[in-house]
Amino acid sequence: MAESTVTGPAYADVEVGTQLPPQSFPVRRETLVRYAGASGDFNPIHWNERFAREVGLPDVIAHGMFTMAQAVRVVTDWVGDPGAVVDYGVRFTKPVVVPDDGVGALVEVSGKVAAKLDDTHRTVRVDLTATSAGQKVLGRAQAVVRLA
Amino acid sequence: MALDQSFVGRSYPPTEPYEVGREKIREFAEALGDTTPAYVDPDAAKALGHPDVIAPPTFVFAITFRAAGEVIQDEQLGLDYSRVVHGDQRFEYRRPVRAGDRLTVTSTIDAIKSLAGNDILDVRGEVHDENGEHVVTAYTKLVARAAENPGAEKPGAEKPAAEGKGEEKSDG
Repeated sequence: MAESTVTGPAYADVEVGTQLPPQSFPVRRETLVRYAGASGDFNPIHWNERFAREVGLPDVIAHGMFTMAQAVRVVTDWVGDPGAVVDYGVRFTKPVVVPDDGVGALVEVSGKVAAKLDDTHRTVRVDLTATSAGQKVLGRAQAVVRLA
Repeated sequence: MALDQSFVGRSYPPTEPYEVGREKIREFAEALGDTTPAYVDPDAAKALGHPDVIAPPTFVFAITFRAAGEVIQDEQLGLDYSRVVHGDQRFEYRRPVRAGDRLTVTSTIDAIKSLAGNDILDVRGEVHDENGEHVVTAYTKLVARAAENPGAEKPGAEKPAAEGKGEEKSDG
């Protein structure tokens, strides 16, 4: 891939333990309906409270892939070029419960540089933490990203 | 009932090409509330060295998961569709997905395990563009939860992945 002309953090300036700017992502029912349409995932557990309760959930829950998409924004906003992400994985540990109370839920994401992987390709591993209502909603959330 | 181990390594034929459109990427980014210019503005994407607007990293899941549906619904494999939840997801990128790509997915069953009555299925989706170049590989772990009350009526047969119900659900 061509070199980026927009400079994010430089590999040389980043250390293990460097914190990325944390972000919070609000999630309302409307958010999930929009994501359902955009992603093609129309599972009713993401918009139908009656159905969600019937299958044993406390309420409507966010798409796991929605949470995964939001969490990596802490990385892509930090580097400036989303195309610099070379690897990204998560485990879905707890659902993000989204009540129909006009407020919804909040997904809070922080990240820090956990390893400098490759001095030639200037890649680092970022470990992400995503919580909602005080619970970790993603496990083993890690992104490998190429820096300037 | 444990799944047949002989399905490990089985690959499914490549899907028909999915053409990535600028407006679909825009719709996806807007649904996330993500205003990154490279998702919507070709000039901003070019300034980063990309030939056209690029898609957010998880965009490709819609395509790979549709392809994985062939595996999930393979009657010979016999996965209980109504009990499947999304356990893990990982992507390995060669380059970002971008507008104009015509992507095909080849799904392979990487592993089948049985743990505490749950069937765990690892599906790998190799995504290639119209030139046959590798773009991204999606690794999807699906968990078909054990039937805690066999014979009971189970709602929710409408669709596969109830993500987030994860490992720690207390079945009480």
